[in-house]
Amino acid sequence: MSSIPAASHSAPAEPTTTGLNHRKILMWAFLASECMFFTTLISTYMIYRHRSLIGPFPEDIIDIPVTSVSTFVLLMSSLAMVLALSALQRGDIKRTKIWILATVGFGTTFLLFQVFEFNQFYHEGLSPRTNIFGSTFFTLTGTHGAHVTIGVIWLLSLFFAAVKGKLKKENALNLEIAGLYWHFVDIVWIVIFTLVYLIAGNDSGVVPPAGG
Amino acid sequence: MAAITQTLRPATESNTIWGWITTIDHKRIGVLYGMTSIFYFLVGGIEALLLRMQLASPNSTLIGADTYNQLFTMHGTTMIFLVVMPASVAFFNLIIPLQIGARDVAFPRLNAFSYWVFLFGGILMYSSFFVDGLPDVGWFGYSNLTAYTFSGNHRVDFWVAGLLVLGVSSVAGALNFIVTIVNLRAPGMRLMRMPLFTWTTLVTSTLMVLAFPVITVALVFLLFDRQFGTNFFIPAVAGGDGGDPILWQHLFWIFGHPEVYILILPAMGIVSEVIPVFSRKPLFGYPFMVYAVISIAFMGFGVWSHHMFTVGLGPIADSFFAISTLLIAVPTGIKIFNWLGTLWGGSIRFTTPMMMALGFITMFIIGGLSGVLHAVVPADTQQSDTYFIVAHFHYVLFGGSMFALFSGIYYWYPKFTNRLLGEGLGKLHFWLMIIGFNLTFFPMHFLGLQGMPRRIYTYGSNMGWDFWNMVSSIGSVIIAVSTLVFLVNLFRSFKSGKVAGNDPWDGATLEWTMSSPPPHYNFETIPTVYSRDPFWEEKEKADAAGTPIKAPVSHGHPHMPSPSFFPLIAALGLSLAAAGTIFSNVLLAFGILVVLIGVYGWSFEPATKPGAEHSGH
Ligand code: HEM
Ligand SMILES: [Cu+2]
Repeated sequence: MSSIPAASHSAPAEPTTTGLNHRKILMWAFLASECMFFTTLISTYMIYRHRSLIGPFPEDIIDIPVTSVSTFVLLMSSLAMVLALSALQRGDIKRTKIWILATVGFGTTFLLFQVFEFNQFYHEGLSPRTNIFGSTFFTLTGTHGAHVTIGVIWLLSLFFAAVKGKLKKENALNLEIAGLYWHFVDIVWIVIFTLVYLIAGNDSGVVPPAGG
Repeated sequence: MAAITQTLRPATESNTIWGWITTIDHKRIGVLYGMTSIFYFLVGGIEALLLRMQLASPNSTLIGADTYNQLFTMHGTTMIFLVVMPASVAFFNLIIPLQIGARDVAFPRLNAFSYWVFLFGGILMYSSFFVDGLPDVGWFGYSNLTAYTFSGNHRVDFWVAGLLVLGVSSVAGALNFIVTIVNLRAPGMRLMRMPLFTWTTLVTSTLMVLAFPVITVALVFLLFDRQFGTNFFIPAVAGGDGGDPILWQHLFWIFGHPEVYILILPAMGIVSEVIPVFSRKPLFGYPFMVYAVISIAFMGFGVWSHHMFTVGLGPIADSFFAISTLLIAVPTGIKIFNWLGTLWGGSIRFTTPMMMALGFITMFIIGGLSGVLHAVVPADTQQSDTYFIVAHFHYVLFGGSMFALFSGIYYWYPKFTNRLLGEGLGKLHFWLMIIGFNLTFFPMHFLGLQGMPRRIYTYGSNMGWDFWNMVSSIGSVIIAVSTLVFLVNLFRSFKSGKVAGNDPWDGATLEWTMSSPPPHYNFETIPTVYSRDPFWEEKEKADAAGTPIKAPVSHGHPHMPSPSFFPLIAALGLSLAAAGTIFSNVLLAFGILVVLIGVYGWSFEPATKPGAEHSGH
């Protein structure tokens, strides 16, 4: 689908209307869709805040220090992602591989934290069916975790492509697009961390409406 | 005949079943979408006929309550998700690349994926029939009727799984058209030179991308409520904990209202192409039309609670949504005045596409007016859940969307078959349909005002509803006859219709510049666009200069990306996974595995066969 006349057979880059690559626009549009997706999940959590009648309540089990550590790890993964892309754009394949692997490592560590946290909560008596806090909490953070997992698989595939010499400076776009996705998932986590952990982490059960 | 053989059998594409299964040509995918949607129109139509037969007379026991519930649920769900939406997408596929001067969409394989996902999603939802009967909770599946306690069999599960899959198809398709329109326009086709149908496609796609995630999340909540015992939509019972059934209504309608614009905007786009051509006048107030479409889409996200006036959200919420709903009528009115302005002083040709378009305008005005009545809270409190509502949404959906879609079929059919649809049968179709339609649905206004609730399977003869119900049922039979006329026309004209040539209507847009049917690669040389109605301009210039327009001649054609079956595999995996949410985790895992295989095969497969140099995507 290049929009060049048939005659020119050697098509170096596809000229596009905006000059941007199709796939990049696709990713941006997809992320817009994802924004609505997470907005719905997060709003549901916030709407149901203070609505649980039975515990455990967030204040009973949410562990802000531990999650701060995993949040930091996830932020580091974004840094590694930036470094991987810039290495690739310079044509430095060796560093590209290292930094992709680091991103994958940080991402996996974050996921392990989440597994640990879910386990912990489960033992303290919170499951998705315990109360509405449990339902919304596990659905929201679990969906986010699934996104991180997909990102990890994607980056691993790119890592192997790099090992096989298929990821090159010329197609750095492949990594750039994965990076867009990765950074988006990180940003969503910042919102979740702020709203679910920092702000709502001290919530107890039903709060009587203000102004009685 | 030779010409027809060409569309559906372009020289470079194999016309075997395999050729169709692996096709990534937007024109073929458009044909697949269109045929599937016509098929479902028949299914949904038969369901509607059964409903009307049951309601024709009081105390009828023809199909009974349970079947009635299943039929109206699947009728509504089918018409919205399996008829009007895919029919619109069929037109996106068939027309957009031609109108903007592109060789295909930006992501041909993703496009094939969207179609297969749509097909399997529909099949998945209907396969409920063989397990527990069809879904029976209404097309908006309100909580907590959908809770496991009240719907203990698998019907709702199929509905949820089917809608989840269909949502993936819509979003994937919409993303594709956004990129295509943003990034694949011919040189010179600036945004404000895009044909209006292209504009409505862009805006509709944006709505799909933003609205579907909301219902997806709501459906996932519902799935979890039913499968894992969460309580998103189930209120607390003594000693337990729970959520709120009203949340479902909010989430559903935050999706649902933009959805009605998803259903109507492409129709408005079609009409905005047809009316200028058959009035021989450029579209009146083009920029206003564009801004009206954009503002309708924007405001469409701020009116959802007009579906919930009787829930009791309180006076502040009710007033807000009443006002926003009244406001959205303004851009809609602007569009109507612009169509009228286009007609005014034009030299009008009453061809079938034009009649359908005029039918659209008149019927849509009636539906729009009753819609404004619903925005008035006290009035709506009376009308809600009565047949008045049923009358309203059929005037906008059938009188609106369907008439416009038919207009589009009559208008563009010649481009892809090189045959005109018969005008005689076409006019018959139109008159039968518009008479049958008004006979069926106008009386529903009276029934509603007399208090007849919607979604009841029967009524006593002491209610005074007998006469208009009978009239309505007779009307539905006339609609059925008109549909038969349409089908006969469709098949007869395919073989023996009048040969159309490249430009049967004296069209204004780029699709009419190319041969009928267009070659596999669409444009030999990508045209340059200098105005809003490029082909009219070109023809005028040629007339002035006295030189006939040269038909494009072929010298070897551009390389096109090669067919692929990985989209089909990925789509199949997705549907298996969705079916797995109903039956077994093993199936779910297997489905996800198949998706992965499909996606990996897809990303490692070269877009173009070795030897061809053009990159795909
Ligand atoms: C072929 C002519 C049609 C007839 C005779 C017909 C008739 C009906 C009837 C009798 C109902 C059930 C009302 C109730 O019991 O509450 C209904 C519901 C509905 N119809 Fe149609 N209809 C037709 C075409 C269409 C079309 C073309 C669309 C959309 C494009 C459509 C969309 C709907 C929807 C959304 C519902 C609501 C279903 C629900 O309550 O869940 N119908 N129709
Ligand atoms: Cu609405």
